[in-house]
Amino acid sequence: MIEFRSVSKRFPDGTLAVDDFSLQIPARQVTVLVGSSGSGKTTLLRMINRMVDPTSGTIEIDGHDIAGVEPVRLRRSIGYVMQNSGLLPHRRVIDNIATVPRLTGVPRPVAHQRARELMDTVGLDRSLAERYPGQLSGGQQQRVGVARGLAVDPNILLMDEPFGAVDPIVRSDLQQEVLRLQRELAKTIVFVTHDIDEAFLLGDRVVILESGGHIVQQGTPEEILAAPVNDFVASFIGSDRGKRRLIASERRGRGDDRVLIDAGGYPVGVISAPGGKLASGSASPRSRSISNKTDQAGDA
Amino acid sequence: MVWLWNNLGLVLGLAAEHARLSAIPILVGFAASIPLGWVASRFAWLRGLLLTVFGIVFTIPSLALFVVMPLLLGTRILDDLNVIVALSLYAIAMMLRGAIDGFGSVSPDVLQSATAVGFAAASRFWTVQLPLAGPVLLANLRVVSVSTVSLLSVAALIGKGGLGYLFTNGYQRAFPEEIVIGIVFTLLIAAVFDIVLVLLGRLLLPWSRRAGRAA
Amino acid sequence: MNFFADAFAYILDPAHWAGDTGIAQRIADHLLYTGLSVGIALLIAVPLGLLIGHTGRGRSFVIGLTSAARALPTFGFLLFIVLLAGLGLAPLIAVLVVLAVPPLLAGVYAGIEAVDRQPVDAARALGMSEWQILGRVEIPLGLPLMLGGLRSATLQVIATATVAGYVAQGGLGRYLIEGLARRDYTLAVVGAVLVAALALAIDGLLAVAQKLVQPRGVSRGRARPASTRERRSSRVPAIIRTPTTEGNL
Repeated sequence: MIEFRSVSKRFPDGTLAVDDFSLQIPARQVTVLVGSSGSGKTTLLRMINRMVDPTSGTIEIDGHDIAGVEPVRLRRSIGYVMQNSGLLPHRRVIDNIATVPRLTGVPRPVAHQRARELMDTVGLDRSLAERYPGQLSGGQQQRVGVARGLAVDPNILLMDEPFGAVDPIVRSDLQQEVLRLQRELAKTIVFVTHDIDEAFLLGDRVVILESGGHIVQQGTPEEILAAPVNDFVASFIGSDRGKRRLIASERRGRGDDRVLIDAGGYPVGVISAPGGKLASGSASPRSRSISNKTDQAGDA
Repeated sequence: MVWLWNNLGLVLGLAAEHARLSAIPILVGFAASIPLGWVASRFAWLRGLLLTVFGIVFTIPSLALFVVMPLLLGTRILDDLNVIVALSLYAIAMMLRGAIDGFGSVSPDVLQSATAVGFAAASRFWTVQLPLAGPVLLANLRVVSVSTVSLLSVAALIGKGGLGYLFTNGYQRAFPEEIVIGIVFTLLIAAVFDIVLVLLGRLLLPWSRRAGRAA
Repeated sequence: MNFFADAFAYILDPAHWAGDTGIAQRIADHLLYTGLSVGIALLIAVPLGLLIGHTGRGRSFVIGLTSAARALPTFGFLLFIVLLAGLGLAPLIAVLVVLAVPPLLAGVYAGIEAVDRQPVDAARALGMSEWQILGRVEIPLGLPLMLGGLRSATLQVIATATVAGYVAQGGLGRYLIEGLARRDYTLAVVGAVLVAALALAIDGLLAVAQKLVQPRGVSRGRARPASTRERRSSRVPAIIRTPTTEGNL
């Protein structure tokens, strides 16, 4: 578990990026920090692996104050995935993935073997192992970045807007990969994004931030959608524009399907309505799947 | 300092000649590098060729070029033209990279939108590409200016070095103050040229001021 | 054109190569002056440049130093120092070192500065120590540009060593100086040809070296992967970038 206690960060030029921030991040779940630029979310993330040190307050990982841990050693035990992958351009893919194991003294053949396995895990063809990052597409580079972050099998994985620089189709693929990985590996993931939809998709818990790192609302996606706590949140998640209020329209789809529209009249999807009764389903994260079938729907 | 007052005429005369002999190559270097740089930024093979040729010119030590220039031009050794041509070649060599970078720095999006709006190629060059390449060109021009003013003094060895005369003369007479005065006045000319260029830049490229210092 | 023919005849005559004032000796002198001063300048400029480039502090110092060095008339500076410190190897080498340090420093600094910040940041986040970042990321990626600085500095020194023939006993500059003094134009052209050839040869070798240190997987002239779509103008100010010797060809 990661715990922030009254953490503040004032940069040398005077900006107060984070003001008295406290939060408990549960283990083995995906916690998403979401907000617009200037909300301090990246700063908070980078405090976990001591890329940034707080000006006041403490951060504890599993009960130990990380201020007492040597930063280099700490970072080697935490996975970090950034936007634009940050791969070393002069090293091959396999060497990039094996970077941290090699730093910790793992022999090269062992590290490379593990790297190849990780390529399988993140859905990369093993033939790309000898290539250089410059020869890969954006999506492939990001997958390498994720593999690199997982290389030492860390408990904690930090992801800083990792899919911001790829196009929407690739982004969607990568998001699904994260969900699948999390189901397999159950890491403690702290994910930063400015995209609320991404937050709702990936997060077990979502923390909405305002400037200075002020927590406006936190909870599961369902809790936030059901009850946005103020106008800022409502506006941020799109409630005020009617995006989140859905109605079954009169228009019919296939079988018992009816077209679902939002309060603004924009089509969002279809909903199954057998016998005129709207299908309902479980909102538990454990029942989420990538499946197209509505096995959890239609309890009738 | 006494010496300076006594010989002010000489020093100022040399300074004027220094300014003249260095200003012309700077202007020639700038003027020639614009078309060369523009063409080179468009055609990759030409770029390699030009950079190679001028790279060779730039590599040759200045004294060697000064000595050989009369042979190539068919002039007498004390002709101004030798020094002017040699320094111009150096100036072009120094500016060329900058000109290529400058034209290369104009965003292709801007160029495309200019064409879409209806600019023909020629007017697009004068009203879009050249001004936008301006800041980079200016920064490089300032470097060329300073270097040329400094380089001219070497030509004192062939008798055409402007203030460089004070170096050789001061050395022969074992009079270090004279050398220092030569250095100081050379720096002054370089400073004046630089101020002129900066002011020209502010005048012609007002938008680049807010973007921060060009160099 | 007669002079060129005479000059080549002079150079090809083996008798002119032998002896204390022969071609061989003078080339050796020139190489000695150049090698010694560039070598010493490297010892000063490289650690300093790495420090400034890695920490980012002292940037304005480098810019200021480079501008000042560019403005200073090297010939006058050389004569001034020799007048004060006397003829001899030490003052000459000292002046050459002073002239070589700024472009070297600028090259090393520029090399590190031009490295994309993202891989550096990622390397730090992964858990590389500062030394490891310097040695495994910044230097390999910055080496081509640094060699550009070396090329520039070496050219500068070769040229000044030539001009130093005015005050020194050795070096290829002597042909030029003596030729001009005695109105023996052929001799002057001999000097011009030899020194030009030497400069081109050494620059050529360094150019090859510059290509050899280009890290694999990184496109030429850039220290970042070729697939980043945004075109970023270099953060290295133009006043530092060495003209025409930086990553061309």
